[in-house]
Amino acid sequence: MVSLEEGGFAIFLVLLAFACLIVAGKTFDQVMAFHAGIGALVAAVGVFWIFKTYFDDGGEPIPQEIDGKPNYNLGPVKFGSAAAMFWGLAGFSVGLLIALQLAFPALNFDLPWTNFGRMRPLHTSAVIFAFGGNVLLATSMYVVQRTSRARMPGKILPWFVIIGYNVFIVIAGTGYLLGATQSKEYAEPEWYADLWLTIVWVCYLLLFLGTLWKRKEPHIYVANWFYLAFIVTIAMLHITNNLTIPVSIYSTKSYIVWSGVQDAMVQWWYGHNAVGFFLTAGFLAIMYYFIPKRAERPVYSYRLSIVHFWALIFIYIWAGPHHLHYTALPQWASTLGTTFSIILWMPSWGGMINGLMTLSGAWDKLRTDPVLRMMVVSVAFYGMSTFEGPLMSLRSVNSLSHYTDWTIGHVHSGALGWVGYISFGALYCLIPWLWNKKSLYSLKLVNWHFWLSTLGIVLYITAMWVSGIMQGLMWRAYDQLGFLEYSFVETVEAMHPFYIIRALGGALFLLGAIIMAYNLWMTVRHGEAEEAEATPVGSLAPAE
Amino acid sequence: MNETYTAVAAFAQTWGLIYFMILFGVVLAYALWPKNREKFDEAAKIPFRED
Repeated sequence: MVSLEEGGFAIFLVLLAFACLIVAGKTFDQVMAFHAGIGALVAAVGVFWIFKTYFDDGGEPIPQEIDGKPNYNLGPVKFGSAAAMFWGLAGFSVGLLIALQLAFPALNFDLPWTNFGRMRPLHTSAVIFAFGGNVLLATSMYVVQRTSRARMPGKILPWFVIIGYNVFIVIAGTGYLLGATQSKEYAEPEWYADLWLTIVWVCYLLLFLGTLWKRKEPHIYVANWFYLAFIVTIAMLHITNNLTIPVSIYSTKSYIVWSGVQDAMVQWWYGHNAVGFFLTAGFLAIMYYFIPKRAERPVYSYRLSIVHFWALIFIYIWAGPHHLHYTALPQWASTLGTTFSIILWMPSWGGMINGLMTLSGAWDKLRTDPVLRMMVVSVAFYGMSTFEGPLMSLRSVNSLSHYTDWTIGHVHSGALGWVGYISFGALYCLIPWLWNKKSLYSLKLVNWHFWLSTLGIVLYITAMWVSGIMQGLMWRAYDQLGFLEYSFVETVEAMHPFYIIRALGGALFLLGAIIMAYNLWMTVRHGEAEEAEATPVGSLAPAE
Repeated sequence: MNETYTAVAAFAQTWGLIYFMILFGVVLAYALWPKNREKFDEAAKIPFRED
């Protein structure tokens, strides 16, 4: 018998395929025709795949346990990890290209599709949502299953979530290049991509809750709390910030229901909490699982982790207005945002201390294990950027730093240092576990990755500090007669050397990631198999 | 308009503060309650208990 789940997804995808075909046929908008075409194709392949697996496995239900051990569903986790590595390389490469475009404008190639204005959101979305998002999806599916000691519910559902999410990435990314954008930072995808992501995200929430529901472990481990906060809050933020009305269902263009400063406030409530709940809460979940696992020690203080969790989620949600100092936003609102940003120091550093002190008594491992070193340095970067953030949210500091490269430097100390390194560390742990390998192909290459990219990050953020503060000071310099001392183009000229240093830093970071991809590929293809996997005595390993 | 703002601000500055303090107190009490110590010590070992 076809299960309700298989039938339901098949019917939904058939209807979706037809709806997409109709839109593709009737639209006057070429981008919409292209995207609806992709939608129809993917939905049709999905239906085909549902029936193919049904006939292949004869409709037999999947065992929840094998030999008394939970039969974890690792296929979607593998897919997500591989997708993360792929999108990471793509996103870092585009980042390097746009860094070079700023230094050498000829690299815009005078084409609309490769213009900085279109490539920049491609970079940010590729690294945050494609790389970071796949890391979060893959690790959350892994961690929630392991710490609940239960298989994820559903046969199609986990695949729908991970593939559906990546389809969203493709639609969003190609949309930017072709000029379809809402022009809201980190919320650029247009209405139909947003709608699709909403469906996928609600399924993700149900999948996560369903796994917790099936858990054999009475207590819900702290990492799962952070993942859950990330999933629930992103749903809330995404839906609210994308309450748009399309011009027509055949058009890619839409308009938000509110306007002016209200729109700006909602956008930065969304934008800052994308940082707080996507790039912080989600990756803190990774910290709380993978650092103890790798260090082979329980988290320093479980009690602190509880206080950390509740304080972080209740405070972060208020910090958004600090993005709108000296704008049409009332001053009390921007003061409120600053106040909460300052209070945020406490939970941020509480969490950082909790992560770092997990190593207490095992610090020697930093010398021998570059993967653990990467994750610990990541937490150190987390501490640094969450110190810098509240500082920059002060109105007086912000008047110097805002709109300058300082902001870019700040974001990248968090993104490359914290999010990047904790993700790399998690993938270095996860890939051998998923493919049943004893260890990574080469720890030496991890070491190379670590030092190259650390050097890259240091070059990046120091160049941006100097460039940003210089830029801010030049903008506010007056001569004796009260005229502005520098024209805009003079500041751009002054920043040129720093743009080159930044691009060099980005190139080193990308080089490190390429080494990582090679290392992981070799681990999967040629790594030594874990002994625990019972192979019949005398059987030969298949030649590859 | 201004009166509404003053009223809302006064409400938020008093009751909002009290609400957050109580919430924080509850979290602290839950986390530090002596009876919960054993439960949390066990919970911290969950990542190592899996098979």
